[in-house]
Amino acid sequence: MGKEISAWEKVEIARNPKRKTSLDYINSIFDDFIELHGDRNFKDDKAIVCGLGKIGKQNFTIIAEQKGRTTKENIERNFGMPNPESYRKAIRFMKQAEKFNRPVITFIDTKGAYPGIGAEERGQGEAIAKSMFEMAKLKVPVISIVIGEGSSGGALAIGVANKVFMLENAIYSILSPEGYSSILWKDSSRFKEAAEKMKLTAKDLYSLKVIDKIIKEPIEMQEEDFAKVSDDIKKEIKKEISRMKKLSKDDVIEERYSKFRNIKELIEK
Amino acid sequence: MIVDKIKKREPGIKKIKSNIDIPIGQWIKCDNCKDILYKDDVRKNYNICPNCGHYFRMHIGKRLDLIVDEGTYKRFDLNLDTTNPLGLEDYPKKLKTLREKTDLEEAVACGTGKIKGEDVVICIMDSGFLMGSMGAVVGEKITYSIEQAIKLKLPLIIFAVSGGARMQEGIVSLMQMAKTTAALTKLDEAGLLYISVLTDPTYGGVTASFASLGDIILAEPGAMIGFAGPRVIEQTIGESLPEGFQTAEFLLDHGFIDKIVERKDMKETLYKLIQYHKGGEA
Ligand SMILES: [Zn+2]
Repeated sequence: MGKEISAWEKVEIARNPKRKTSLDYINSIFDDFIELHGDRNFKDDKAIVCGLGKIGKQNFTIIAEQKGRTTKENIERNFGMPNPESYRKAIRFMKQAEKFNRPVITFIDTKGAYPGIGAEERGQGEAIAKSMFEMAKLKVPVISIVIGEGSSGGALAIGVANKVFMLENAIYSILSPEGYSSILWKDSSRFKEAAEKMKLTAKDLYSLKVIDKIIKEPIEMQEEDFAKVSDDIKKEIKKEISRMKKLSKDDVIEERYSKFRNIKELIEK
Repeated sequence: MIVDKIKKREPGIKKIKSNIDIPIGQWIKCDNCKDILYKDDVRKNYNICPNCGHYFRMHIGKRLDLIVDEGTYKRFDLNLDTTNPLGLEDYPKKLKTLREKTDLEEAVACGTGKIKGEDVVICIMDSGFLMGSMGAVVGEKITYSIEQAIKLKLPLIIFAVSGGARMQEGIVSLMQMAKTTAALTKLDEAGLLYISVLTDPTYGGVTASFASLGDIILAEPGAMIGFAGPRVIEQTIGESLPEGFQTAEFLLDHGFIDKIVERKDMKETLYKLIQYHKGGEA
């Protein structure tokens, strides 16, 4: 653990199809996970998985972006790229979490919200905005964990949390390095350079206060490493939840608000 | 149709000094009908093509003249600049050049003003400044404006025009989506009115945050509005897009905006909507 590797190498690690997915972590961290489906409006979009799980006696609502490993799984999961129904499903479960006073844990792992005709017809922008809006005012503690690729508004849509954790080799960015270099430099071949510039690594994001905690992980994860990483995440969740349970509901909201309010990077002119 | 109505408009829209309205000398070519137009004719016609009714983009000064009562606009006293969080070499220089060239401070102007005597907090974005993209300055100014609306108990009006996130500021730009959105939850709790007006083009992180969260969402005719850009969608799905896709009319059809309002009617419409949300009996 801990060897310095380039930002681009991290992009490749984060995207590796063998990398552990949200459901792997959910099943490893929580007991008795029960998946629950559907946005009650249009469909059950499978790029986001929602359900209930527990750690000890503490119940949680879980919302997670889910990639597939095989082609078949990826087609089912739309390559982890949510349509608006995924975000509306997430909103439904956020509101239930509040009603039944359960903390919310979200897992972020997406190339971005799906750019499609249907997605636009059904208000992809509105769905993302509304998901952040509902999340920002939740009266229960929220923790987000970036486990793989956290790309663009499609990731942030379920990332408005009191605390954001990030795996050491995960990435979190405004869009893909390929997209970034083609938009900013009109040259998609400069994606490696873009990755280095974009400040998308856990270390960079920690210094920008976008994330609050880096979870160590090895470059190549073996099963025993995975058990250890899951356990570290579990410990951090327990620690933060027991801290936040002592806060009033208003303070929980206020803490989350301040976190994002204070991302400024501004100077007086 | 639009043209007829516009020609009947009352005169008196003041010309404002701006060197970025219309780039090619005294003439401008309409993107839509390809007609070559005398730029004064376009200017006098609310920046709308007198030939086909196509809406040209409108800059902050002109929009203020059109919407806010003369002499009532007071800008918020915020003189902010980005820290250049990604340390891009040419970005500060680019901003400086743009500021000199356009007379704009950034991609949004924010302040208080009156609409037919009604006090409002108003934010107007401008496509002439890095395509109205949202970096830390834009995010902060919008958030500050929302907070001022709460403090002053005033309705909030935001004219959006944006290509989305400000690439040069990377993740800091992305976070402005959450910041502005979270601020709007407080405006909502305070029971205050927020009218979002979408103009051409409104995309990406702006569509996926404050622009889509108005109590009432208006749009200008023909404005292109969406989350993903048309080219990205075409590349992803490998087919061309249907006629009229992502236009204001398309969004109206699909239930994502309340009303399409022509420029000549915008001020009156805003005024009426503000009136509807004033006090009144419970
Ligand atoms: Zn024309």
